[in-house]
Amino acid sequence: MTISFDNALGIHEQALNVRVKRAEVLANNLANADTPGFKARDLDFKAALNKQMGSAQNEIEMAMSKTNSNHISTRGESGEALLYKNPTQPSIDGNTVDTQQEMAAYMKNAMDYQASFQFLNGKFKALTGAIRGE
Amino acid sequence: MSLNRIFDIAGSAMSAQSIRLNTTASNIANADTASSSTEEVYRARKPVFASIQQSVMNNGFNTAFTDNPESQGVEVKGIVESEAPLDMRFQPDHPMANDDGYVMYPNVNVVEEMTDMLSASRSFQTNVDVMDAAKTMMQRILTLGQ
Repeated sequence: MTISFDNALGIHEQALNVRVKRAEVLANNLANADTPGFKARDLDFKAALNKQMGSAQNEIEMAMSKTNSNHISTRGESGEALLYKNPTQPSIDGNTVDTQQEMAAYMKNAMDYQASFQFLNGKFKALTGAIRGE
Repeated sequence: MSLNRIFDIAGSAMSAQSIRLNTTASNIANADTASSSTEEVYRARKPVFASIQQSVMNNGFNTAFTDNPESQGVEVKGIVESEAPLDMRFQPDHPMANDDGYVMYPNVNVVEEMTDMLSASRSFQTNVDVMDAAKTMMQRILTLGQ
C-alpha cells in the first residue's frame, strides 16, 4: 500500500498556492496605489485554481503538435486568470486602484489562506495519525 | 515560495513613498527660500512613480503568461522640478531683491505639500500592513504538520 500525497491532500495544496498568488497580485495593486496610469488587477480564483488543478491536462489539449524537436512549445491562453478590475472611482491620472477595496480583499485573502492552511494541516495530522496507528 | 515576492513589492512601495516624503520635506523646508534670480530659485520637486514591468525575456515564455503578474512593485523613475509659475514679490528693502526690487520665492504650494505628505504616509502604512500580513502567512506555513 502506498500513500499518494496528491490524493491524500486534495485540493488544498493548490488552493494555498493560488491564495499566495492572489496575495501577490493584490500587494502589487497596493504598492502602485499612487502610480499614474496603473490599472488594478485581480486573479479569477476559479480560473486560476482550474489552471493549477488541470494544467497538465490542458497543456495536452491546447498545445500545438510538435513535429520537430526545434519547435517551441505553445500554451493555450484561453481562460486567462489574471484580469483587470472594473474601477469604482477612477482617478484623473488613470489609476484604478481603490486602496480600501484592495486592503479588504487582501485581508480576506489572508483569512482564506489561513482556512486553506487549516484544512491542509488537518490532512497532514490525519496522515501522521494513520502512520502511527493512533 | 512566492510569498517572498510580497516583501519585495511592499518594500519597493515603502521606499518609493519614503522618497516622496523626502521631497515633500525638502519642499516645505524651502518654501520661503528667497532668491534674486529665476535661475537660482528653488523649485518644488516631485517624484515620478512607475510600476516595475516584468520582463518577458528574463522569464521565458512559459512563466511570463501564466505564473507571474504583469508588474512587480513600484519604482521612482526620477525627480522632476515643478513648472508652476514662480512667486515674485515686490520687496525693494529685501537684501536679496534684484535691480527692479523683486524677490523670487519658490513655487511650492504648502497646502498641496501637506496633503501629499498625508497621502504618502497613509500609503506607507498600508504597505506596512501588507508586509505584516505576509509575515503572518509565512509564519503559519512554518508550523505545517506540527
